[in-house]
Amino acid sequence: MTPLLTVSNLSYCKKDKSWFGKNAGFRLDPLSFELKAGETMAIMGENGSGKSLLAKLLVGVERPNAGEILLNGEPLHHKRQRFQAIRMIFQHTKESLNPALTLGSLLEEPLILNTELDSRARKRKIEETLKLVGMLPEHQFFYRHMLSEGQRQRVAVARALILNPQVLVADEPFAALDPSVRSQTVNLLMKLQRDLGLGFIFISHNLGIVRHISDRILVLEEGKLVESGKTDVIFNWPKSDYTQRLIHAYQALISRDA
Amino acid sequence: MPKSSFYNEELYPSPMRHTWNEFQRNHIALAGLWCLGFFVLLVLLGPWLLPFGPLDQNTEAILLPPAWDANGDVSHLFGTDGIGRDLLTRVVHGCQITFGASLFLVLLAMLIGCSIGAYAGMSRGLRASIINHLLDAIMAIPTLLIAIIIVAILGTGLMNSMWAITLALIPQFIHHTRDMVRREYKKEYVTAARLDGASELRIFFHSILPNMIEMLVVQATMALSVAILDISALGFLSLGAQSPSPELGAMLSDALETAYVAPWSISLPGAAIFLMVLSINLVGDGLRTALKNRLSQ
Repeated sequence: MTPLLTVSNLSYCKKDKSWFGKNAGFRLDPLSFELKAGETMAIMGENGSGKSLLAKLLVGVERPNAGEILLNGEPLHHKRQRFQAIRMIFQHTKESLNPALTLGSLLEEPLILNTELDSRARKRKIEETLKLVGMLPEHQFFYRHMLSEGQRQRVAVARALILNPQVLVADEPFAALDPSVRSQTVNLLMKLQRDLGLGFIFISHNLGIVRHISDRILVLEEGKLVESGKTDVIFNWPKSDYTQRLIHAYQALISRDA
Repeated sequence: MPKSSFYNEELYPSPMRHTWNEFQRNHIALAGLWCLGFFVLLVLLGPWLLPFGPLDQNTEAILLPPAWDANGDVSHLFGTDGIGRDLLTRVVHGCQITFGASLFLVLLAMLIGCSIGAYAGMSRGLRASIINHLLDAIMAIPTLLIAIIIVAILGTGLMNSMWAITLALIPQFIHHTRDMVRREYKKEYVTAARLDGASELRIFFHSILPNMIEMLVVQATMALSVAILDISALGFLSLGAQSPSPELGAMLSDALETAYVAPWSISLPGAAIFLMVLSINLVGDGLRTALKNRLSQ
């Protein structure tokens, strides 16, 4: 069976063109992984280790310098194909929702641009998607500033799901949420993933959530892939020093809590 | 009487509605808005209500004082000027010319300025920085001075002075639009829209422009007061509208000769300019505060 998403030798080098010679900017070393349908993968690492950059490369905000991304074994030729198949949930939902538009017109935008639906079908789809993420159809008349943080997160999920994507990429989707809303969102995402069979890639600092929901883990350090493998393996038998430190820090916190 | 909420319904204001609610809390700005509304009505309806034409001369009533004076006559409410023209009629027609011309040229300047500003904000590299720095340099010169230079090239007349002021107002619209587009362009919702597959043009019209409308309205009110002052200044200097025309600035310079004999002929058009600019500034300031309050929430 071909994996849902294949990433091979993806690399990126940020060029800082200054007037006084070239500075070496941030670089992401060649990196490969595969993601199966219905699988969850977590990306871990310190700040500035290239996690967000990897997410941006996957969804197409940034262009990689080399390497390729295959979806179901086929390269992504059309931009539109990628926009539709790989959707992103942003870190700061507050900023990723346009303050001047209602949620309805926000959710309608991807439908207008990527599907052939007429306005009635679009409206129905918007209502369905809002219900799917646990909101009301009436919420389509709301503006960003009327929603709580958790609701905004749901809207961000709805926006990602509305095009029936195959892969979801989320950049710290749980960072700004309080614990109860966070577990609600986690459960929502897990349920949706189970129901729709999505591949889910997410970045998180919260190792508790990582351990809870991810099947596999990638560990990045300064743009290099340090370690990757099954969650259980990484948590119980971390190979590299760096991973050990990350996990010990987490376990120290847990034992203090207990 | 407080409005009672009969139904258990929650009202959620749109961003524009929200700005309006904030605006309404500022009573002075609201008074300014009423005053501005009065002027708009005057400009639209005034000429039909008045019995005289702006150039009609009544040789039997020269330098007649206003009606509230002991020597005044109620048929000429604001009195008459040195050649017997009814001052109320002329002030109303003057408001029409000055206000109407200013409104028109501000809209034109806004349209052109926003297009160029949006282009400058969304493009990168040498072209953008040329537009940027050149126009910033032009903005350092007062608009009236630019207008006078342009009039000196084009020749005098109301039409030429309108062109001149339009050209002089464009840089500030470009500057503000460009700044705003630059700022908004970095925000994540634009990235999100791009990931939806939106083209650059679509991003501007569907994502950034709805956020810009209020800023543009504020900017337009500021430009409107500048335009009114500039048009009447050019008229006063005999560079804009010429003498028999009832443009407010030209009326002021006409009445200068009889200023000591008939002070009303200079104070009434002056008061009209003053009230117009004051009300527009109050509205603009109120809008700006309201916008700031809304955004800081």
